[in-house]
Amino acid sequence: MSAIYFLIGCSVIIAVLFLAAFFWANKSGQHDDTYTPAIRILFDDETNPHASEDTSELRANK
Amino acid sequence: MEPQICIQEKQLCYHCGEGIDQLVYVADKHPFCCLGCQSVYQLLSKNNLGSYYSYNTFPGQQTEKASAELSYLDEESIVNQLIDFKDDHICMVTLYVPQIHCSSCIWLLENLYKIDGNIVSSRADFMKRQVRITFNYHKLSLKKLVELLDKTGYTPKITLQDLVKNNKKDEDNLLVRKIAVAGFCFGNAMMISFPEYFGMAAFEKNYAQLFGWINLSLALPAVLYCGRTYFLSSIKSLKQRRLNLDVPLALGIAVLFIRSAIEIIQGTGSGFADTLCGLLFFLLIGKWVQRKTYHHLSFERDYRSYFPIAVTRLCNGKEKVAALADLQVGDRILIRNNELVPADAILLKGHACIDFSFVTGESVSVEKVLGEVIYAGGKQTAEAIELEVSKPVAQSYLTSLWNQSTFSETTVFTTFSNTVSHYFTPILLSIAILGAGFWGVQGIYDNAWAAFTAVLIIGCPCALALSSPFTLSAVLSIFDKNGFYVKNTLSVEKMAAIDTLVFDKTGTITNPKADTLSFKGTLDEYTQQLVFSTCRNSNHPLSRAIIKSLHYQGTPLALTNYEEIAGKGIRANIGQQEISIGNARFVGLTTQHNAGTYINIDGEVKGFYPIRQHWRSTLQEVVSQLKKHYDLHLISGDTDRDRAALELVFPDPAYLHFGQQPADKLKYINDLQNDGRRVSMLGDGLNDAGALKQADLGIAISDDINNFSPACDAILGGDAFTRLPSFFKLAKQAMKVIYVSFGISLGYNLVGLYFAVLGNMSPLFAAVLMPLSTVTIVSFTSLAVQYCAIKNKMKR
Repeated sequence: MSAIYFLIGCSVIIAVLFLAAFFWANKSGQHDDTYTPAIRILFDDETNPHASEDTSELRANK
Repeated sequence: MEPQICIQEKQLCYHCGEGIDQLVYVADKHPFCCLGCQSVYQLLSKNNLGSYYSYNTFPGQQTEKASAELSYLDEESIVNQLIDFKDDHICMVTLYVPQIHCSSCIWLLENLYKIDGNIVSSRADFMKRQVRITFNYHKLSLKKLVELLDKTGYTPKITLQDLVKNNKKDEDNLLVRKIAVAGFCFGNAMMISFPEYFGMAAFEKNYAQLFGWINLSLALPAVLYCGRTYFLSSIKSLKQRRLNLDVPLALGIAVLFIRSAIEIIQGTGSGFADTLCGLLFFLLIGKWVQRKTYHHLSFERDYRSYFPIAVTRLCNGKEKVAALADLQVGDRILIRNNELVPADAILLKGHACIDFSFVTGESVSVEKVLGEVIYAGGKQTAEAIELEVSKPVAQSYLTSLWNQSTFSETTVFTTFSNTVSHYFTPILLSIAILGAGFWGVQGIYDNAWAAFTAVLIIGCPCALALSSPFTLSAVLSIFDKNGFYVKNTLSVEKMAAIDTLVFDKTGTITNPKADTLSFKGTLDEYTQQLVFSTCRNSNHPLSRAIIKSLHYQGTPLALTNYEEIAGKGIRANIGQQEISIGNARFVGLTTQHNAGTYINIDGEVKGFYPIRQHWRSTLQEVVSQLKKHYDLHLISGDTDRDRAALELVFPDPAYLHFGQQPADKLKYINDLQNDGRRVSMLGDGLNDAGALKQADLGIAISDDINNFSPACDAILGGDAFTRLPSFFKLAKQAMKVIYVSFGISLGYNLVGLYFAVLGNMSPLFAAVLMPLSTVTIVSFTSLAVQYCAIKNKMKR
């Protein structure tokens, strides 16, 4: 049953680690803006159609 | 033959979605409503930013005003105050951009680097309507950057108040951290306490000691870090010889901790660490719920938000930009068209035509002669003028109204929970002492101590402390969804106590957005064509309103000699004919005339568009509903030309006041309060600012909530004006919900007290009762408020 000392120790240490992680996240400003990142993720990566057209035109001119 | 189906679609501007009557502006086959929209489109498409239009249809907004004078951004001292950070190459600036409203906005603002390579990065914050831009300041000045934003239609608002950064964010973060710690302690203490609840076998008893010590070490940070504010607040309130709700809470927390510590150290029991941590956790959550923030709104704005940052000062005949704070009495300043006079000043040179609607509510602009004093807050609507400052900015007529420290708190508002706690604490203490005395007389001191502490623990008004925040914040979010933004929960309580409403006229019960014009006089079709062709060239809101009202479908005629004289009107030649459209003097009228926009063709005045104010469409209904429960007053800075119309609407003609100066309004409110009334002021402009601040509840009405509104307790969107009676009703009902939930929490307390006085309260009993009462209160208040909202048709 002395394993319980070890187990409780582990569980508390892990919980403290999570608490510390939360403090770090809070301090580094991750909770300042909780809305915009959700929109930002939806933007497509730019595959610029106009830019490729331009270069192909250039090639054609050459 | 089959009938041909013809769908006629009204064309909408590709940029802003405005309907187009006459297709004039086309680029890349897309129609535009005005030159402004078209040029934004062209700028974006040139820089491969066409995706802006693919995330949303009509993401843009029509630009109303001419670009502001930005030369003050060349002044290094001002720039240094605006920027957040600067090193050898780059600097960072955070700008407030009220136009941010959709995902396209975010996308565009974060892709600014594509337009100008000197922008390193930009990050938009949607909720705060801010964008933080990092840029190479050697190659791109702040002024150029702001001009670039202006060109894309996202003009940042830069005001004096930006120069003062606030630290409210840290306070919010501290509370969140406290909740995290309390939650951590609560969860772990609960886990450690479980064996005790389920009962331990004899051989497991060795561990009880260990569990107790772990619990105590978890309770320690909870009390010291999370519970600190309660101790500090109760000490402060005791010093003022008052009992606020934090006193019994702090007492409960302290007793819980002391009893737990004694039991654990002596090895006589398991303590109440889990109840203690849970209590703090729930209390802090209540606090967090109460602290509702509207990131994009500010209730604390003062005159500094309205005034420009800098002004052009004339030194030995040379123009030099100076920060407003540096402005001194005797300085000569230059005020251009559409600029605000920042301090009381004497007119030295030029034709002054000042629009004081900002200050007085009077809608007709005033002409001033040389040597006259022009009060701060007036807006020049004609050519540039020269003035000599006669009073410093902070002591000018209007601003001094704001700085007045004489805002007398006629009645200190006591919240319901403060009233309750005034009686609660003495009663609780006497029960505890009686209980202890009962056992003490019998000589059973262990029970006396147990009963005394148990009463204070059970009586700890946790559920009571939560009922107000949860009810009122539920009300806040319902208001929020209906276009009514209230500053905090205290203001909702104040709202429920209001018995008198005072309305301002211009912009409050009139709708500034209604821009339909009606022409006095006759216009034949040819004249219409002339007017249309002339107005088409102007971006002035009035010109646009005229075009809209003409419904002219023909082709425009070619103009020659077109000129637009700011603040006066426009003039052009079409063929042999000369057309001038503008104010009375501009078109050549010298005799007595009505205010409005006149049309003159070849020296003959055809008629005019009078300035008309449109009442809000539901004014009549709103007033008739409100007058049943409230005294209604009207106080306007305008002349009494609308008195007759308003007497039909408002119940008591004696309560209608016209021609009131800002200071009169303030005094009027104060007088009402001295009569023992609780007054709510509804106003919109700077001229109501003093009255809004003095009133028990100041409500600023704004048709564009992102616009600046004066310091107030609540901001009402213009569209939500109709629902004003429902808002007041809901506030009153919310108070009833609080009373009922107070009864429920008292019921829990009484049941608990019965066991507590007997001295046999088990830790398990406390650990169950406390969260149970909390959950009951939270769910009851939320459901009750939702029910009231549905009944008031504020929610479906």
